[in-house]
Amino acid sequence: MATAVEQERKIIEGSMAVAEIVKRCRPQVVSAYPITPQTHIVEDLSQFVADGEMECEFINCESEFSAISICLGASATGSRVYTATSSQGLLLMTEVLFNVSGLRLPIVLTCANRAVSSPLSIWNDQQDSIALRDAGWMQFYAEDNQEVADLHLQAYKIAEDHRVLLPAMVCMDGFILTHAFEPVELPAQEAADAFLPAYDPLVKLDPEQPVTMGAFADPNYYMETRWHLEYAMSQAHAVIEEVATEFEQTFGRPGLHVIEEYRTEGAETIILGLGSMMSAVKDTVDELRDEGEAVGAIKLRCYRPFPEKRLIEALQGVKRVAVMEKDISLGKGGAVCTDLRAALYDLPERPAVTGFVVGLGGRDIANHTVRACYQRTKQGSGENVWVEMREDLLEPEMVQAWKQQWE
Amino acid sequence: MAESLLAPGHTACLGCGELLGARLAIDAAGPNTIVVNTTGCLEVCTSKFPQSAWRVPWIHSLFDNAGPVAAGIEASLRAQGKKQGITVIAQGGDGGMADIGFGFTSGMWERGHDVLTMIFDNEAYMNTGIQRSGLTPFDARTSTSPSGKVSFGNPRPKKDMVQIAVAHGLPYVASTSSSYARDLQTKVKKAIAIEGPTFIHVHTPCPLGWGFAAASTVEIGQLAVKTALFPVVEIEEGKVTKVMSFREKTPVEEYLKPQARFRHLFAGNGAAEQIAQIQAIADQNIERYGLLRSS
Amino acid sequence: MKIPIGVTAKPGSTTETKTGSWRVEKPVFTGEKPCTGCQSCVRACPEGAITVEDKQFVVDLEFCKGCGLCVAVCPVKGLEMEQER
Repeated sequence: MATAVEQERKIIEGSMAVAEIVKRCRPQVVSAYPITPQTHIVEDLSQFVADGEMECEFINCESEFSAISICLGASATGSRVYTATSSQGLLLMTEVLFNVSGLRLPIVLTCANRAVSSPLSIWNDQQDSIALRDAGWMQFYAEDNQEVADLHLQAYKIAEDHRVLLPAMVCMDGFILTHAFEPVELPAQEAADAFLPAYDPLVKLDPEQPVTMGAFADPNYYMETRWHLEYAMSQAHAVIEEVATEFEQTFGRPGLHVIEEYRTEGAETIILGLGSMMSAVKDTVDELRDEGEAVGAIKLRCYRPFPEKRLIEALQGVKRVAVMEKDISLGKGGAVCTDLRAALYDLPERPAVTGFVVGLGGRDIANHTVRACYQRTKQGSGENVWVEMREDLLEPEMVQAWKQQWE
Repeated sequence: MAESLLAPGHTACLGCGELLGARLAIDAAGPNTIVVNTTGCLEVCTSKFPQSAWRVPWIHSLFDNAGPVAAGIEASLRAQGKKQGITVIAQGGDGGMADIGFGFTSGMWERGHDVLTMIFDNEAYMNTGIQRSGLTPFDARTSTSPSGKVSFGNPRPKKDMVQIAVAHGLPYVASTSSSYARDLQTKVKKAIAIEGPTFIHVHTPCPLGWGFAAASTVEIGQLAVKTALFPVVEIEEGKVTKVMSFREKTPVEEYLKPQARFRHLFAGNGAAEQIAQIQAIADQNIERYGLLRSS
Repeated sequence: MKIPIGVTAKPGSTTETKTGSWRVEKPVFTGEKPCTGCQSCVRACPEGAITVEDKQFVVDLEFCKGCGLCVAVCPVKGLEMEQER
C-alpha cells in the first residue's frame, strides 16, 4: 500500500514507542504514578516535557488513584489526557475507572500488563486488565511494539468519536514489550495531526456554559444510563472498523481490526489469544503447517467490546479452538475462553473449545507451550487447563486435580 | 439582588447548616467558578438526576477524589490558557475531604495547585446515617460511637485540619462557620484571590445529626465558636493573623446541653468528668489562638 | 425527557421542585419593630428564599421549608412563624 504520509523508523524500547506516539497525540494533561514495568513510559514523557518537545501539564502525583482522577477532571474540562499503569496501580484505580466510563470521558490509558498480588509479582500476565473488563473501558491488545504505537493513535480517535465516547485501555505485555527494543515506524507530527485532530468534547466544565456532571440516579433512571454505555460499546464495533480502515489507507500498516487471522484458510484447529504471545503462536503455526497440520491462529486485538460477530464468521467450519490466555477468573477459568464459549453457544454447529491458562506471573511461553496446547486440544475439549506447571512444587492432591484437566 | 448560584428546590433538611454554608460560599466565589463536590449530603441534596441546584459548572465524581479531580480541572484550564479568572473549588464534607479523601487532597496541596479546598464540617458521616468521622468531637454520640453502659461516645478529639493544612505550607488557611455568614464570605473572597492551594474549614451544624431544632442552627454554630470548641482563625503564610475572640468565656455546657448528641453527658455517672475534659479542649484552643481578650 | 449523553443535568433545575410543600408554618413580618434592612435573615436561609429590598421582607413561599432560622436571627425580633396546617 503506497502512502504519502511522512513516517520515521527508529529502533527503540517499547516504552519509548509509547512515549513517542503519545507525544504525537498531543495530550494537554498527563498524570501518572510510577509502577514497574510502566516506569520508562512516564520517564520518557517527562524528558520530552523537560526538553520542551511536548506541551502539556505534566503532573507527578502521589498515587494511581490520583493520577486517573486528575485525568478525569482534566478530561471533563475538555482536555485530551493520558495516563499509564500496571497491575496494582490499575486495581487501585478501579472505582475511578468505572466512574470515567459512566461520565463518558474518552481517556486513553496504557496498561503495561503485569501479574497481581498476592504474592507480589512484577512479571507479565494479563490478569490486571482482564480483571477490569467490566469497567466500561474498551480494551485493545498489542502483539508487538509497532502495534503498540499504532493502537494508541487509533484508540484516541475511536474513544473521542461522538458515537462512542468511551475510555480505552491499550494493553501491552510488561517487560516483554515495554522493555524490548524493536524497529518502530512513527508518523510525523503533521501526519498524526491529520489523522487525529484536536479533541472536540460533547460536554465540558466551562463557566460560560454551566452544566452539572455526575448527578445521582435513582432506580427510575439508572438502568437506562447503563444501556447508554452498552449501546456505545455496540456502536464502537463499526467505529473501530472505520478507524482501522482509515489507518491502513493512511499509514500502510494493518489497522485496529478487531481480530487478525493468521493462516486460517482450511484450518481445522485455531489457536486463539491476545498480546505478545501471538508471535510464538504464529511461529508454531508455521512449524505445524510445515508438518502438515491444518492449523491457524486468531489474534484478538479488541477484547472489549467483545468481537462476537467477527469471531463467529472467522470460526465457520473450524473443528476446534485452543484458547491460550494469561489470565484466570478464579473459580471459573480463563475469561477469554468463557466469553468465546458463550459467544458460540447458540450456534447450530460450533467448534469444540478448550481453554488453557498459560504464562501467569511471567512464566515463559515458547513454541513448546503452544504445541502442548495444540496436542491437548486435538484430544477433546476442556476448560481451565493449566499448562506447564511445576509438579515438584505442589502437594500430590493438587497435582492430581491439575492433571485431571489434561485427560 | 442577583439569584443565588445554588438554587432552591434542593432536598436538604430544614435548617441545614451545610447547605447554608455552601450557598454563602458559592455566592461569594461568583459565577466564574468550577466546583468539584464529594459524595455526601451536599451532593445528594443538590444533584438528584435530572435536576441540579448548581448554577455554576459542577462535577461530582466519587467520595474520595475531589482533590485530584480539582487538580485535573486546574491543569486543563492552564493547558488551555484559560485559568486566569476562573476559580476551582474542591469541596465536601468531613467524610469526603478529611477522611476517605484526605490523602489524595494532601497530594494536591503538596503539588501547589491553585485550588480552594473547603470542608463543610458537620462532624459525622451524615448522609449515610450519622456515623463517626475523624472530625467528630470528643464524647459526641454517633450511630457508630454511641454512648452506652461502658461508653461516653466518641473517644477521640477532632483531627486538626487547620494545622494539617498549615503544615503543608498553604499560603492561606482559615476556619469559619455557616453561622458567621459575613466572615465566611469574606474569607472565601480572600482565599480565591490568592494564588496557590488555599483551605477553609467551615463548621456547619446539623439539626438532625446533632439533635436540635432546625431554627437553632445559627445559634448552635455561634456557641461552638464562642465556647472555643471551634476556633475561628485566619493563618497566612504560616502565621496566625486574625482570630474571632470574645470578651467573656462561654462555658462549654452552654453549647453541649442543647444538643441530643451530648445529652448523655448530663445524666450523672461520671459524666461531669467528661465535661471537664471537653472544657480542657476549649481552654487549650483559647490559649493557643488567644481567643479571650481582656477588655 | 431523554437522558442526555453523560447523564448531565441543567443548572438550577431544582427550581422545578417546590419545597414549599414541605412547610407546616411560614415566617411573617409582624411589623412591631421596623425592619432595619440588616439582611441577617437573607444570610441565614439555607434555601436562599429570602430577599430584603428597601427594608421589605420578602420570602419565596414556593421554596420556604419553614425552618424558622430567619425568625431566630432577626435582631429586632420582627418575624414570627405562622402555623399553616
